Amino acid sequence: MNTQTQTVPIDIGKKPSSIKTESISGAEAVIKCLLAEGVDLLYGYPGGAIMPIYDELYKFQDKLHHVLTRHEQGAAHAAQGYARVTGRVGVAMATSGPGATNLVTGIADAQIDSTPMVCITGQVASHLLGSDAFQETDIIGISTPVTKWNYQITKASEIPEIMAKAFYLARSGRPGPVLIDITKDAQFGEVDFSYKKCENVRSYKAVPEFNIDKIKEVAELINNAKKPFIVFGQGVILGQAEKEFKAFIEKADIPSASTLLGLSALESKHRLNVGLVGMHGHYAPNKLTNECDLLIAIGMRFDDRVTGNLETYAKQAKVIHFEIDPSEIDKNVKTDVAVLGDVKETLSEILSLVTIGNHKEWLQEFQKLYDIELEKVINDQLNPTKKGLTMGEVLGGINKETKGDAVIVSDVGQHQMFACRYADFIKTRSNVTSGGLGTMGFALPAAIGAKMGVPDREVIAIIGDGGYQMTIQELGTILQTDIAVKIVVLNNSFLGMVRQWQELFFDRRYASTVMKNPDFVKIAEGYGIEATSVSKREDLANAIKTMVASENSYFLEVVIEQEDNVFPMIPTGASVSDVRLS
Amino acid sequence: MEEKQIYTISIYTENNVGILNRLSAIFLKRHINIESMTVSKSEIDNVHRFTFVVKLSETRARKIIGQLEKQIEVIRAFYHTEDEIIYQETALFKVSTEHLYDEEIQGRLKFRRANIVTITEHFFVLEASGLKEDIDRLYNKLKPYGLMQFVRSGRIAITRPKMAISELLQEIN
Ligand SMILES: Cc1ncc(C[n+]2csc(CCOP(=O)(O)OP(=O)(O)O)c2C)c(N)n1
Repeated sequence: MNTQTQTVPIDIGKKPSSIKTESISGAEAVIKCLLAEGVDLLYGYPGGAIMPIYDELYKFQDKLHHVLTRHEQGAAHAAQGYARVTGRVGVAMATSGPGATNLVTGIADAQIDSTPMVCITGQVASHLLGSDAFQETDIIGISTPVTKWNYQITKASEIPEIMAKAFYLARSGRPGPVLIDITKDAQFGEVDFSYKKCENVRSYKAVPEFNIDKIKEVAELINNAKKPFIVFGQGVILGQAEKEFKAFIEKADIPSASTLLGLSALESKHRLNVGLVGMHGHYAPNKLTNECDLLIAIGMRFDDRVTGNLETYAKQAKVIHFEIDPSEIDKNVKTDVAVLGDVKETLSEILSLVTIGNHKEWLQEFQKLYDIELEKVINDQLNPTKKGLTMGEVLGGINKETKGDAVIVSDVGQHQMFACRYADFIKTRSNVTSGGLGTMGFALPAAIGAKMGVPDREVIAIIGDGGYQMTIQELGTILQTDIAVKIVVLNNSFLGMVRQWQELFFDRRYASTVMKNPDFVKIAEGYGIEATSVSKREDLANAIKTMVASENSYFLEVVIEQEDNVFPMIPTGASVSDVRLS
Repeated sequence: MEEKQIYTISIYTENNVGILNRLSAIFLKRHINIESMTVSKSEIDNVHRFTFVVKLSETRARKIIGQLEKQIEVIRAFYHTEDEIIYQETALFKVSTEHLYDEEIQGRLKFRRANIVTITEHFFVLEASGLKEDIDRLYNKLKPYGLMQFVRSGRIAITRPKMAISELLQEIN
């Protein structure tokens, strides 16, 4: 055996200084790389091509906790949920072929929502590559368009450097998913292990340098604006710039609205928080987007669900864009001044350059429109007079119990829009939802990952009856890990969001949106989870109270009014200022 | 609508398998037809150079450059209009030897920078370099003689403006 002496620059458990390395297997090297990166938790599912690594996981189980999900998609979403609440890199692992392809939805989701994630897949032995061997798929080819970076390792000696690069790329700059495919012979092969964290990749610039002149120019525009308006996105959270952001808006006194993924970067009840923009966002920020004189976009990417028709989006305003990713500048909306860089830095720079603002009248315009929305939409949701329960009142009930101090993980559909519109947030990283991809089935596994990431916080998943059944098998993961995730299924017996569109745009032709559902309570109980179902208003508050009070996982089904709709709404292709209240 | 025109996109990349896939996916996703593509090494050691020729609007070209540069292994990407570059394509024509002494062919060869690469008993091979139109013209002339084979390379291009790639690499190395 080759016993070269080398120093290990990173502490991997024992004494930090010179540890003599010996030749270890590629599989063991993978584990040591994970430990060196500070990973103590990962999600996955074993199979033939990744068995050597699982064998090492068995040996290292006291240091590295592997959570067996019930499907690889669940592993990917759990890793995402973990990453979203902690800001750390989530790790998911799968075997070759179907294991790897099952990860793809989660990877695509992480890519479009900029979530740091490293996926490790097993691959057939390198001499079999290209031979259509058992469980061979070209996961590199498949995942290329949906990864920030990917790489196939065919030699054990490549493992330390590539793994270091994977973690660096996943978490730095604009974060994203990285997939590392490791052939079975590379897992069995030997490597003289030493680990050096990656801090630079020469063809990659994690964070563009900011230009102080641009910041001065922006400060000038802000100081002279009469009706400045901020739309902030997840960039504020990813850049850990919540404090800087708040200090800036408070000093300049600028009404600020969030994108779906920006939610919780600023507490919901902050006096300058004017709500959510976008298709089902709030009335005031959508309408007033077309009345501001300065639109300041911070860490957001002008998604079409945010802008509606681009031809009529904020045409009257000058546009400033704070952004880390140069390719986002002018991609959808032409900016007047772009401030590239890390928002934490650029926002602290701008803070000293802006003058103390006073936009009382302008803020009142937001208030006026909010009052209209309150009367026409929100009151009917929070204090309904109709017989059936509303999604809004469930969220209202949850707010009462949690006081906004919970992580809300939502799936995709009407319930998601209600969750994002009505949930109160008092802490950052409290809103976990699949924004860009809109992946039904995301919430249950993501909530599992989130709860493991922040075990001391209350984590509540809000899911539709449709999406719940896309990854319902992850109840098995809860059973096995015994974690206290709270699950609320808002059951309208419809694929509600699609039904709403059918009602509004397809003359109520409810094609394949009616759901005949199983007894959800029995299913949860089958997995050892305490469960209740409520369908009456008088039972709701108590049911929520019991759920939140529970120390264990808990399942609550709420039977909802069947044909309720989410409003306000900007129909596809319409202008933000044409946002409808009914 | 903004007018489309031909752009030559030069991309400097790390030498890595899979990068071609990443680059072409960016065009594919936006339904941009690639008119031609060439890969070679570049003036910098271990740095590859891709030359794509595409037809699109300038706004689109600019956005594409952004997407290309976003790829981890892309060092820099540039786009240029026709008048900013000096470019060439190369073509090979395989023709039956019976036409070798045909006056017209001999005449063409004199006027054009076309060379005979090989002559065998049965066929000879002509090589010509130039603009696409030049090669098209020669193609049309030779076609009546029955081309046994024809192949043309993608465009290779050198730019008139400086591409600050060497400095950039020095800076980050
Ligand atoms: C994987 C996936 N398939 C299809 C869709 C399209 N889609 C968006 S919302 C929706 C309905 C969701 O129904 P449900 O989960 O019951 O939630 P609700 O809208 O009723 O709250 C569908 C089918 C999607 N977003 N994701």
